[in-house]
Amino acid sequence: MTENATPTNMGSTVTQVPSPEPGTVDMMVNMGPQHPATHGVFRMELRVDGEQIQDLVPHIGYLHRGSEKLCEHESYSQIITLFDRLDYVSNFNNELVIVSAVEKLMDVAPPPRAELIRIIMCEFNRIASHLLFYGTFAIDMGAITPLLYNFRDREKIQALFESVSGARMMHNYFRVGGVKQDVADDFESRSLALCNELEYGIGETDRLLTENEIFLERTSGIGVISGEDALDWGLSGPVLRASGVPYDVRVDEPYSRYDELDFGIPVGSAGDCWDRFYVRILEARESVSIIRQAIALMEPGDTMAKIRRIARPPAGEVYAHCENPRGDLGVYIVSEGGDRPYRLKVRPPSFCNLQALRDLTVGHYIADAVVILGTLDIVLGEVDR
Amino acid sequence: MTSQGPSEGENNPSNSGAKSTSAPVKRREPEVQRAAVALPPEGLALAERLPEAFAAHKVEIGAAIDEVVCRVPADHLVDVCRQLKDDPTFGFDYLRLLTVVDYVEQDGEFEVVYHLYSMTHRHKMMVKTRLPERRPSLSSVTGVWRGADWYEREMHDLFGVEFNGHPNLVPLVLPDDFDGFPGRKNYPLNDYEEW
Repeated sequence: MTENATPTNMGSTVTQVPSPEPGTVDMMVNMGPQHPATHGVFRMELRVDGEQIQDLVPHIGYLHRGSEKLCEHESYSQIITLFDRLDYVSNFNNELVIVSAVEKLMDVAPPPRAELIRIIMCEFNRIASHLLFYGTFAIDMGAITPLLYNFRDREKIQALFESVSGARMMHNYFRVGGVKQDVADDFESRSLALCNELEYGIGETDRLLTENEIFLERTSGIGVISGEDALDWGLSGPVLRASGVPYDVRVDEPYSRYDELDFGIPVGSAGDCWDRFYVRILEARESVSIIRQAIALMEPGDTMAKIRRIARPPAGEVYAHCENPRGDLGVYIVSEGGDRPYRLKVRPPSFCNLQALRDLTVGHYIADAVVILGTLDIVLGEVDR
Repeated sequence: MTSQGPSEGENNPSNSGAKSTSAPVKRREPEVQRAAVALPPEGLALAERLPEAFAAHKVEIGAAIDEVVCRVPADHLVDVCRQLKDDPTFGFDYLRLLTVVDYVEQDGEFEVVYHLYSMTHRHKMMVKTRLPERRPSLSSVTGVWRGADWYEREMHDLFGVEFNGHPNLVPLVLPDDFDGFPGRKNYPLNDYEEW
């Protein structure tokens, strides 16, 4: 332009027209706490440039009930009911943590049959929790169908739970030293039949989603986190394993009778949303295998250790943890003797996993933030406590 | 507790049957026992190595059931944590839990507890430090493990412990205008005012 411009003889200067630059500004978008894709009362403040996320500020605490403080004022058997309400879609796994912590402190072992009942319940609960994940995760991406199949199967698991504990959720079934009552006579045959149905159901979800082209477009390469970063953030469970770190409490610090069972730990390689999804599919299959092995080991016997009805652990402190569907759920109890803890602190896996959300989402589109949050599979009851 | 034995039996009508002649049963209070310590082999190895490695930091080594407990003065905490993470023979690359325990009624102090785990060596330990009741503050370990971020914010909300050097120590689980530290023992459980 300037080269072709003829010089003027009037002494005036030639001004260059600037090349077109969009005069856009970043926009703040608020998602939640009543947004359906935030899986509960979770709020995120997004700073977006068009559709692209520049920054994300998570806000939690809308469900903060002070559970830990409340636990200091309740006896150990009452605390079990409070733990049911932490991660309210995997109640048995929560109960196992608190009872095993008190048992560790008191140095009592539940009878072998009770341990196996616990394992079976926990693994069924893991499958139920993962089924809920597949369904809600698909809905996050606009696929309605898988949820219907998954809820059909989850309902069967909850019917089994109801026959065992009397409640579909919030079971309050585990006790310090065992379980509340023995299972019904038809429990084993019923569980085995359910295992077959679940195996089919998980396979159905797998066929519907895993290699679906749209699903792959939405999930692969989205929200990548390396194993090193995942450890630094304290992630655990399927989210950590999807990044290639083979850490599973059931294997690394075996509790209950998991050391007698043979199962694999699915580990991802890329650490993206697809890995986090597929790790959970494989994990549910391993759970089916664990249940079958545990049922084969079942023998008649007591379901409650001979201990006093009101647990009075000795003074001391204990940290016990178990592999929850969402990760490494731990509990730290400081006891000064007596029937209630002096201090109780939960290590909530969803809380830790959610911390990494900002790192995972920045640079992606808003629609991907929903997918990434879906793969973290948070339960706000546990995040906020 | 202070009432006389015989009068207690008379006041209770349901108890006036066969038992009325015998002396009232005094409730037996169990003695407070300490939980037994049983360190696993890797814990024993850790307990042996720690005093030597941290001689400069005035650490005290103890144990809680199956975990090594290392007590550190508050001003040495970050150095000890960094060495625990960076020294490949310890390799504590995973912060499991960070919490505060309120011992103000007993000792006038808060205790901050760090639960560490090593993915490479598969061993675990607790690091503890004590803070005074007035203006409890210590350095943040977010520079060592990023996962400490929300734990420290939560403990700042609930116990009022200041974590110096934390990048963003704003309320996490409590409303921004909340007054008081509800995690502390002296904060009442029930008789607070509703809004």
